[in-house]
Amino acid sequence: MGKTIAQKIFDAHQIDKPFEDTTIVKLDAVFCHEITTPIAITDLMARDMDRVFDPTKIKAVIDHVTPAKDSKTAEQGKILRDWARRHQIKDFFDIGRNGVCHAIFPEKGFVRPGYTIIMGDSHTCTHGAFGAFAAGVGTTDLEVGILKGVCSFKEPKTMKFELTGQLPKGVYAKDAILYIINQIGVNGATNCVMEFAGNIVEEMSMESRMTLCNMAIEAGGTSGICYPDITTVDYLWPFIQDEFDSKEQALEEYSQWTSDADAKYEAVYTYDLSDLEPMVTFGFKPDQVKPVTKMEGTKIDQVYIGSCTNGRIEDLRIAAQVLKGKTISDDLRGVLSPATPAIYQMALKEGLIDIFMEAGFCVTNPTCGACLGMSNGVLAEGEACASTTNRNFNGRMGRGGMVHLMSPATAAATAIEGVITNSTLFEGGQ
Amino acid sequence: MKSFSGKVLFLDRSDINTDEIIPAKYLTEITKEALKPYLLEDLKLDGFNPNSDIKGKKVVITRSNFGCGSSREHAPWALEVNDINAVFAVNFARIFRQNMYNCGMLATELSEANIDDMFDTFSGKDTEAFVDIEKATLTLKAENIQKEYAFKLEGFDRALVEAEGWVGYADTNY
Repeated sequence: MGKTIAQKIFDAHQIDKPFEDTTIVKLDAVFCHEITTPIAITDLMARDMDRVFDPTKIKAVIDHVTPAKDSKTAEQGKILRDWARRHQIKDFFDIGRNGVCHAIFPEKGFVRPGYTIIMGDSHTCTHGAFGAFAAGVGTTDLEVGILKGVCSFKEPKTMKFELTGQLPKGVYAKDAILYIINQIGVNGATNCVMEFAGNIVEEMSMESRMTLCNMAIEAGGTSGICYPDITTVDYLWPFIQDEFDSKEQALEEYSQWTSDADAKYEAVYTYDLSDLEPMVTFGFKPDQVKPVTKMEGTKIDQVYIGSCTNGRIEDLRIAAQVLKGKTISDDLRGVLSPATPAIYQMALKEGLIDIFMEAGFCVTNPTCGACLGMSNGVLAEGEACASTTNRNFNGRMGRGGMVHLMSPATAAATAIEGVITNSTLFEGGQ
Repeated sequence: MKSFSGKVLFLDRSDINTDEIIPAKYLTEITKEALKPYLLEDLKLDGFNPNSDIKGKKVVITRSNFGCGSSREHAPWALEVNDINAVFAVNFARIFRQNMYNCGMLATELSEANIDDMFDTFSGKDTEAFVDIEKATLTLKAENIQKEYAFKLEGFDRALVEAEGWVGYADTNY
């Protein structure tokens, strides 16, 4: 019987199996941010265990509320900053250099095929786009990760999602993952790795694969995962060129991280997405999804483009293409948060920021901020937000607010019209 | 070991997420105790009033996929500082479940039939729960009705409950 990529990664990292269903794996990277890490730090200090297993394998960023909005968030940043200095954690990204964790860490080349990664953040599943096993964990798992470089997991059961056909114009990775979550439900992949394969995934950019993997957790998935290929190597090349003679050699090395043809899966789903329409959520669960055409005309108060799901350069390019030469409706406000400073700068150089600003968008610094209702675009009671983020839970972007999840293209078209609008109208699509 | 017995809070809904258990705006707190007043503040559940319904409760019984969404351990902590150390459900989101055991708390599965029976028999009544960790049984008692339900607490889960959490266990073993 063959093995899945996740099983192979576990086999290569297993250091103990204290119980039949429990594996202790060695970690290649522990990512930290200022919301879930400070309590781990203060707890380690209280236990007189203020140590780190390897400062080169710990990466930290202030991203959720930045710049600090009040004394409490300033204190959280300070605890993380002081800790990073105290332990010589060189890869610490403070104001001016900081971006949304799941965008900036891949961008810095910290994620490699075959890696095991944890972070105190549920959307850590994003990094599986590189052929890594990457799981969100709580503060206690993070604390042990920081201290010992290990984490416990159950056996990595895998569900395979084979995406075939061709995505129609105006339909993106976001629409695909919303569709999949709708099909399997918010706990459809609980305790499972979601493996994405098929020609649609093979043709996707790393940005799109990250969008796909980012929302694995919204179906309960432990990690998203894609097989590393030449697209992965191209993305990583600036960081790995000293390790390999050529891209071909890197590809050969990384090709070990793939699933065997006879691997055992919990379930295999095959979706031909050739007729998929742009999708949008209604209600308060990410599996409550409809085609945009069924929700057209729904009044919106704010459009938000950004986050670890859809705040990368590809997303900004797509939204800007829809917005170019147009202005957003007077009945709503638009907020853009490029996910990292590098993305922001690229968007400036490409003239995208001009397009957003001329359309009437407020452009904020990179931050998670509004996605979880913490800063930079929180909703008022009764307001609705068309958002490129990943969660539409009750109160997520502000108490009493409603969130409609959608692609950057749909969000941009919605901004222009003031109501939920099918972006294909603006792109000369179907 | 923590204490797991006491009055029951019934939450008759599936997919209760961690944003509902503790909203993100309170994640700026850097002590667990500070979360106490905000437990289940945003829960969408008809007839539920967090200000009056939580007080004095020690055990939560709910439906399925409890704790989905964010990885925030603030969700178990918000329960813990309100003296609720045990949640029983048909199933849980992975991260929430692990967080509970990592804190030495119980997030324990019971069959759908058992959960249905608990709601049918006890919901709406002033119900007392007795958890026997040794025997792995949950006994519910209200008025003159008493029923016992068996659950599984094995392997790593049991080790974490007995070690009162993962930090102590990991420091000893790795």
